[in-house]
Amino acid sequence: MTTVATVPEGTDHPYALSHLDSLESEAVHIFREVAGEFERPVILFSGGKDSILMLHLALKAFAPAPIPFTLLHVDTGHNFPEVLEYRDRTVEKHGLRLHVASVQDYIDAGKLRERPDGTRNPLQTVPLTEAIQQHRFDAVFGGGRRDEEKARAKERVFSLRDEFSQWDPRRQRPELWQLYNGRHAPGEHVRVFPISNWTELDVWQYIEREGIELPQIYFAHEREVFNRSGMWLTAGDWGGPKDHETVETRQVRYRTVGDMSCTGAVDSDATTLDAVITEIAASRLTERGATRADDKMSEAAMEDRKREGYF
Amino acid sequence: MTAPIKSAEQLSATTLLRFATAGSVDDGKSTLVGRLLHDSKSVLTDQLEAVALASTNRGQEAPDLALLTDGLRAEREQGITIDVAYRYFATPKRRFILADTPGHVQYTRNMVTGASTAELAVVLVDARNGVVEQTRRHAAVAALLRVPHVVLAVNKMDLVEYAEPVFAAIAEEFTAYAASLGVPEITAIPISALAGDNVVEPSAHMDWYGGPTVLEHLETVPVSHDLTACHARFPVQYVIRPQSAEHPDYRGYAGQIAAGVFRVGETVSVLPSGRTTTIEGIDALGESVDIAWAPQSVTIRLADDIDVSRGDLIAPASDVPATTQDVEATVCHVADQPLTVGQRVLLKHTTRTVKAIVKDIPSRLTLDDLSQHPAPGQLVANDIGRVVVRTAEPLALDAYAASRRTGSFLLIDPADGTTLTAGMAGASFSAVTAQDTEDTTAEDAEWDF
Repeated sequence: MTTVATVPEGTDHPYALSHLDSLESEAVHIFREVAGEFERPVILFSGGKDSILMLHLALKAFAPAPIPFTLLHVDTGHNFPEVLEYRDRTVEKHGLRLHVASVQDYIDAGKLRERPDGTRNPLQTVPLTEAIQQHRFDAVFGGGRRDEEKARAKERVFSLRDEFSQWDPRRQRPELWQLYNGRHAPGEHVRVFPISNWTELDVWQYIEREGIELPQIYFAHEREVFNRSGMWLTAGDWGGPKDHETVETRQVRYRTVGDMSCTGAVDSDATTLDAVITEIAASRLTERGATRADDKMSEAAMEDRKREGYF
Repeated sequence: MTAPIKSAEQLSATTLLRFATAGSVDDGKSTLVGRLLHDSKSVLTDQLEAVALASTNRGQEAPDLALLTDGLRAEREQGITIDVAYRYFATPKRRFILADTPGHVQYTRNMVTGASTAELAVVLVDARNGVVEQTRRHAAVAALLRVPHVVLAVNKMDLVEYAEPVFAAIAEEFTAYAASLGVPEITAIPISALAGDNVVEPSAHMDWYGGPTVLEHLETVPVSHDLTACHARFPVQYVIRPQSAEHPDYRGYAGQIAAGVFRVGETVSVLPSGRTTTIEGIDALGESVDIAWAPQSVTIRLADDIDVSRGDLIAPASDVPATTQDVEATVCHVADQPLTVGQRVLLKHTTRTVKAIVKDIPSRLTLDDLSQHPAPGQLVANDIGRVVVRTAEPLALDAYAASRRTGSFLLIDPADGTTLTAGMAGASFSAVTAQDTEDTTAEDAEWDF
C-alpha cells in the first residue's frame, strides 16, 4: 500500500516512464489516431521483426477488440520460407485479413522486368502503389524507423503521398506537438510510421520485454551461405551462388530481414534474445550498413526510392 | 493504491529525453550534433566510413562530422539543412531523441516544429559574435513554445583563447534576456564542438568552468515532474467496443493522457456535454491499474453508460477547462500560402477537428526585438502573430501556458489539408510583454510537461 507523495523537483520519481513505455505509448497513440480518422487503413506486414512489433502494438492499442485494420504484404518472391510461414501462422492466429501483392506476378505478366543484379527490393514500389490504389487504402502503416538511414531521418510520422505515392521531402507538413494532420485529397494517401522514434536496440529490448515470438532466422543457426560484396547471402533459386562464388556452411543470424537477394546474415553465436541484444549493443555497424545491399547503391539511394513511392 | 513505478527493473530502465537544437551552420551546430553522436559512441563504423568517403569525394581533408546529419541530396550539395531531422543516441543513463532544426531566419517554422515536442532546447552561439539577432530569435521561440529547459552553448571557445570573461558576458546577456521572456531554467556551457571541449568530455582548457558538459547536463536534467500539480486531461481518441461473446458489454475510451494523473474511483466530467460519472477502471495496455499519468496511452472505463465519442475530453469534475468558441492565440504560420482575416479553416485541437473562421489578426511579432506590428492583415510563412478565431463548436481549450498538449492547435486548409498554422492559446510569454492581450487563465507560470 503505497500512497503517492509529492516529490521534490529534479527526481525522476514517481511519475517516470521508462523509455520503452514512452515509445510504446506514442506508437499506440498513433495507431488509435489513424483508426479514428481514416476509412481504410492497412498495415504492411512481411513477417519481419519490425512488422511483428507493429502488429503487437496494434493488438495492444485496441484490446480486447480486434484491430480495425487489414494487412498487406508486398511479396518479392525471394522471401525466406520461414518468414512466410511465420506470416501465415500469425495471420491465422489473430483472425486477420492479409492482402498479398506479388512481384513475381508482375514479372510473369511482363509488367516488371528483372534487374541485372537480381535484387527485387526496388521492384516492390509498383505492386505496392497499385495495391494501394486498387484497395483504396487511405492510410498505410509501415515499420520504418528514422534511425535506419539518413533520408529516413527526415521522414514524418504522417507522410502524405500523392496519387503516384511520391514523397517530396520539401513539401512535408510540419509535425507539431502530437497533432498529426492526416487530411488528404481523394486518391492521395498517408504513410504512417508509428515506430519512427525507435532504435534497433529499442525494438529488440521491447521484443524481449513483451516475450514476442520471432522467426528462428533472427537467432544463430547453421546456414549455407556465400559471400557477395562482403555480405553472407543465403544460397537459393533466386540467383546465387554464381560460378565464382562458393557456398559454405556458417553459423549466422539475421539482424534485419528483407528478401534473400539483398539481406545479409552476420556471424553469430546468439541463440537467445538476451544474447542477440548483447551482440547488437556491442556492434560497431548499423543494422542496414551491416546487412542491406539496397541502401548501399548510392549516397542517395533511399531518398530516390522514397521519392518514387518506396517505403 | 498501486505505486506508480511498476518494478525495480522499470527504474533501472532508462528515461527518454526529447530535445532540440537551434543555431546555424556558421555557429557549428552540425559539428556539435556530430560531436555528441560521435563522442557518445553512437556513430557506427559504416556511418563514419560513409562520411569519410563523402568528405573525400568533396575534396575535404578531414571527415566532416556535419555530413552525419545532412540527409538529403540538396542539403549535401548546398551544405545547408532544409528540414527538421531526427537523431537518436543513448548513453547508459538515458535515451535521447534530438530534433535537429536549421537555424536560418526563413526556417522559424522548423524550430517551432522541433521545439513543440522538446523538453530542452540547446541554443548555440559563436563566442566571437556573442548574442546576435538570431540568438534572440531562438530564445524567443523556446520561450513561446514553453520549452522547460534551455541550454546556451557558447561555441568556438578555442577561437577566443578559452577566455572566461568572454563566456561570462555572453552567458549573462543571454540569461537576462531569456529570463525576461519567462524561460524557467537556463544553463550556459562554454564549449568547442570542433575540439570536443565540454561536449562529452570535460575541457582541459577551461579550469575556470565547474559545471557539467553538454552531455552530462542532458543526462541529468529532470524529465518528469510532479504531475499532481497539473490539470488532468484525457482527450478521447477512440471508443473500444468489442461486442464479442467474450466481452459483450466492454466499452472503453482509448486515448493518451495529455496532462496530469487519473485514478480509479475519481469523479470526472465529460466535455463538451458536461455529464459527470466516475472512473470504473483503467486498462494500461494489457494490465489493469489504479493510477495512470501523462503521457501514458490507456483505456478508461466509466461507471455510467453515457454517450462519449472521439473528440470528447475527460477531466476531473473539480477541475474542468472552460469551453469556448472564441480562441485568442499566438501562432506561428508554417505554410507557404498566407493566413488572412476572414479565411475559413479547420481547427484541430487534441482529438477534435472543427470548422473555424479567422476573425482578426491583431498583431504580428518581430522576434528580433519582440516589437508588435498592429493589424498586419495577413501572416506569411515563418511569421509569428496573434490571431482571433471563431469556431463552429465549443472547444475545451486550456491556456498553452498551463498545458502544452491541450493548449495547442493547428489551423488546416480545408481545401487541400495543408497545415497552415501552429497555435498556442492564451498569452504569448509568461513574462507578459506590452500590448499583449491579457488572458486571465494564463497568469500562473505553471508548466506542464
